[in-house]
Amino acid sequence: MPFFEAVKLAFATIRVQKLKSFFTALGVCIGVMFLIAVVSIVDGMGRYMENDLIGKLIAINSFELRHRPNINIGDVDRATWLEYNRRPRILESDVQPVVDALPSGTLWSIYSEAGVQVESEYSRPRRGNVTAVDGDYFEIKRFGVTDGRLFTPGELTQGSNVVVLGPDLVKRLFPTVDALGRQVKIGGKMYTVVGIGESLGSAFGMSFDNYVYAPFRSPIHRLLNREAHAIDALVVQTPTADAITDGQERVRAVMRARHQLRPSQKDNFSLQTADTALDFWNKIKGYLVLAGIALPAFGLVVGAIVIMNIMLVAVAERTHEIGIRKALGAKRRDILIQFMIEATTLSTFGAALGIAVGSGLALLIRSTTPMPTFVAPWSIVVGVLIGAGVGVISGVYPASRASLLDPVAALRQE
Amino acid sequence: MSNATEEVPLSTTAERQVVVGAAGKAPSKEWVIVTREITREYDMGGEVVRALRGVNLAVRRNEYVAIMGPSGSGKSTLMNLIGCLDTPNAGEYWLNGQMVSTMRDDDLARVRNKEIGFVFQTFNLLPRATALHNVELPLVYAGVSSAERKQRANDALASVGLGNRVHHRPNELSGGQRQRVAIARALVNRPSILLADEPTGNLDSSTSEEIMKVFAQLAESGQTVIMVTHEPDIAAHARRVVVLRDGLIASDDRREKFAAKMGN
Repeated sequence: MPFFEAVKLAFATIRVQKLKSFFTALGVCIGVMFLIAVVSIVDGMGRYMENDLIGKLIAINSFELRHRPNINIGDVDRATWLEYNRRPRILESDVQPVVDALPSGTLWSIYSEAGVQVESEYSRPRRGNVTAVDGDYFEIKRFGVTDGRLFTPGELTQGSNVVVLGPDLVKRLFPTVDALGRQVKIGGKMYTVVGIGESLGSAFGMSFDNYVYAPFRSPIHRLLNREAHAIDALVVQTPTADAITDGQERVRAVMRARHQLRPSQKDNFSLQTADTALDFWNKIKGYLVLAGIALPAFGLVVGAIVIMNIMLVAVAERTHEIGIRKALGAKRRDILIQFMIEATTLSTFGAALGIAVGSGLALLIRSTTPMPTFVAPWSIVVGVLIGAGVGVISGVYPASRASLLDPVAALRQE
Repeated sequence: MSNATEEVPLSTTAERQVVVGAAGKAPSKEWVIVTREITREYDMGGEVVRALRGVNLAVRRNEYVAIMGPSGSGKSTLMNLIGCLDTPNAGEYWLNGQMVSTMRDDDLARVRNKEIGFVFQTFNLLPRATALHNVELPLVYAGVSSAERKQRANDALASVGLGNRVHHRPNELSGGQRQRVAIARALVNRPSILLADEPTGNLDSSTSEEIMKVFAQLAESGQTVIMVTHEPDIAAHARRVVVLRDGLIASDDRREKFAAKMGN
């Protein structure tokens, strides 16, 4: 029997027994639904991490010189932590020698950051993420303002008392008036608002728009680093991705010399790229994807057993039909294919339903929770393949039983 | 039963020769069915039931034969063997020049599809399929294209007078109409033999007569028809009547002789 005939027959059978087919396919449907939903959450988070969160924390083609990595979520053991804590801070005096070693065309900046109380005359005090910056910070981060301006080179070198505020902080500190040109008080000193920065978005319900930028040399930096003359990070951005390694080697050489490290000693500073930060995420993502596949797999196993059972019942119920078909010339293969395709069609139909419901669920999660879900095309393909696979596996045994029926005995059965 | 072959009551000398005289050799073209000493035994929970005990039968092309016998005589077993639904334990069965008694399942399926058209007592139509689809079924397994299938199935249904019922399901048809659908299905693949198993068993007498008329017309037009029945008046429609008893052929007569015997 041609393949197409068998599929048509399978659809006819499903059409005739709609409710039964639906319940039969339910297990696979639920399995695939969870697969799609879980993978969409993991994938959405992954995309968010890669494109937004870490991409914003660490700009493209760039690395940060820090005394210890600031993004190390996860498996850092106690010994490593102790070693991190013994490391000397990166100092303002390190900046010039490092910058001198970089090839031309390379951008650099320094910054320190901390959560600090910010006051205005128009509201109660609010907490802001204060970052003191110098060098090409805004250029590297591709940061701009929606209103007002960024700092002038003069303000940066002189360390003027000026700030650029994030939109959320502006709304809180100046709920009724225009913030531009007005004063905020940080650490007992007054700063003039010269610009309102663009939105950096939010993740998991947490806003990134409560920021305050100020020139590094302004008095603000004393609030950010307890140790005098320390900086949090030196950011280096090379013109191309290929140049990162070379840039890192140059910075490493200078810093090792300044820290007077012997060749046998390890670096006591860190050169962190977006990739090193992403490594960790990729590690978690592996586990999450595994979990996202293992859990629905139970549903699929149950689904497969249900389909196998229903198909065995179908073979028993349709023994007479199989007898008729055999009498009319159906070969073993024809019967085998008929029932295999029926099982596969049922199961793929369940998978298709699961994909639809799972995608809907992902959309629902995205619109009602801060979880940034994304339905990856590959997960749809995998869903369909799994559906078909489950059908084939669960159809083999019932179909082979059907194909081996003796036509005389099968015809006798009513 | 010292010498079974001597006792075989074949109706003609020619039949005796083709059956007895040439074991292992293919019969000539005019013989569509030749069985040589076929036996079939069943193991029924340790007890061996000998359903057929050496049946010799030869049927020419275009013959219209009824196989009769009381229940337990082996006629159903013989019909299953002739229909290639089953194979004998011993003996030869030649169908249309092919030795089918030693064939494997899939070859038997092919032979059933090409050579045999079944008509059953209970019609055996697929209940959920339309008359047209039921008639198409043998062509599906023969690998005939969809368009040709439709055409041939429609023609077959028209030939049994159901041209206006093609899209009806079996439960929307009368018993006689269902049996006509079954006949159309049996004939659609132009088989060598039409094999009917109690074709009127589920029909009232007027409908039975109607179906018998269809059979008579088919036989008239040259179709070989083998009909298994336990009703003498149905068997009397055939031109030749073979009577089985206890797994052996008890008599094999022309219709006239059979009718005369029945009259006694």
